[in-house]
Amino acid sequence: MTDLLSKFDPYLQEHAGLLATGVNDPFGVVMEKVLSPTRAVINGRETILVGTYNYMGMTFDPDVIAAGQKALAEFGAGSTGSRVLNGTFAPHIAVEQALKDFYAMRSAIVFSTGYQANLGMISTLAGKGDTIILDADSHASIYDGCKLGNAEVVRFRHNNVADLDKRLGRLPAETGKLVVLEGVYSMLGDVAPLRDMVKVAKSHGAMVLVDEAHAMGFFGAHGRGVYEDQGLENEVDFVVGTFSKSVGTVGGFAVSNHPKFEILRLVCNPYRFTASLPPVVAATAEASIRKLMTARDKRDNLWAVSRALHAGLRAEGFRLATETPESAIIAVLLADQEQTVAMWSQLLEHGIYCNMSRPPATPAGVFLLRCSLSAAHTLDDVSEIIARFVAARASLG
Amino acid sequence: MDRTAVFDRLLGLIAPFNRKGIALTESTSFANDLELDSLTVMDLVANIEDEWDINMPLNLLPDLETIGQVADAVVRLNTDKLNAAR
Repeated sequence: MTDLLSKFDPYLQEHAGLLATGVNDPFGVVMEKVLSPTRAVINGRETILVGTYNYMGMTFDPDVIAAGQKALAEFGAGSTGSRVLNGTFAPHIAVEQALKDFYAMRSAIVFSTGYQANLGMISTLAGKGDTIILDADSHASIYDGCKLGNAEVVRFRHNNVADLDKRLGRLPAETGKLVVLEGVYSMLGDVAPLRDMVKVAKSHGAMVLVDEAHAMGFFGAHGRGVYEDQGLENEVDFVVGTFSKSVGTVGGFAVSNHPKFEILRLVCNPYRFTASLPPVVAATAEASIRKLMTARDKRDNLWAVSRALHAGLRAEGFRLATETPESAIIAVLLADQEQTVAMWSQLLEHGIYCNMSRPPATPAGVFLLRCSLSAAHTLDDVSEIIARFVAARASLG
Repeated sequence: MDRTAVFDRLLGLIAPFNRKGIALTESTSFANDLELDSLTVMDLVANIEDEWDINMPLNLLPDLETIGQVADAVVRLNTDKLNAAR
């Protein structure tokens, strides 16, 4: 018998070797208690959370919790059904209406996770004979959406407009084309030059899908994302997003003004062959999205703390992935895996939780400690985070 | 298009990624011999695409294990391009 799991032996050995050095397990973090959007108890220690994507700090919002409690009592724990059969409850319709209002779009479809939203949208929009053109640094859910479908897949160099233009130019005019972009790329926290990319895509007759998972709530006048910030509301065909970041719960969605958009509900497998979100989740998402429409103070604070962390870490001599604070993700560059794990572990000992990332998840072979900020962080929190980064580095000698 | 010329040019494009300095032949494998990781493959594919002004869809990559197979694919994609232009 061939042991099917033996192919993972290199990972097993690598992980065991890592733990043998005495560090905390980067993949074994347990939040024993969650005290607030920015504090949890890990290893019995109160820890500042700097790696949760809880951008707008909505997880403990009293209105959001109240909406969830009401829906839980009124609709029960789960739907036990697909959206197209017995799984559509009033809260699902209400959250889709909230999305239509938030994005000022005519259609919104809610999926059970953001990952599934990309799987479903990409695999269904681009079929046999069509071509998907995607950024090389795209999220795994985008790549997996390509694998699930039957379209040809062509990749262009990250954020490279000329590269996108060349690849589109090599395709026959009559070929159906879907260009897939992200507003903010999550590893380095860099923003896409969407205006130029969408212009190029349109000049070749392509439709454009933008994933705004890491931008919802705080880019653009209405918080719709980088595409709004760059004035592309009439150019982008489909926007994909998630409830698991700024909205503060779980779920995914796509919004569009396309007149035929609603048909996707009947032809998209990751939508129709899975259980719908529990109504309690839909209700919390609706309450949160409606509050995000006017969350100007939170938005301003999120940008303030992001800028402060970028400036502070840089002043202390840390190397950062972006020259300027482009988003709420501030990624610290480290030399190699050993140093990255050691620093990550020391940060946890100092009561800081951030994300460790390494190739191939990261682009260009870089090792990262990725911080993401929340509107619930204060400038005092940022000073404390920077001080603990300095102390953790010092403790490594 | 001349396959020998394609093969020779391919060797030039692969050389910068040949860190172990192994001999490159028709049957040299990208994964097993050159030990290229997925990110390096991405760079190499982009360079090949630009060298011949072709798109090399990701869907093809699982079947392209050796340098010879990539040379064949480049010739085929180039032929398709010229036929489409006619």
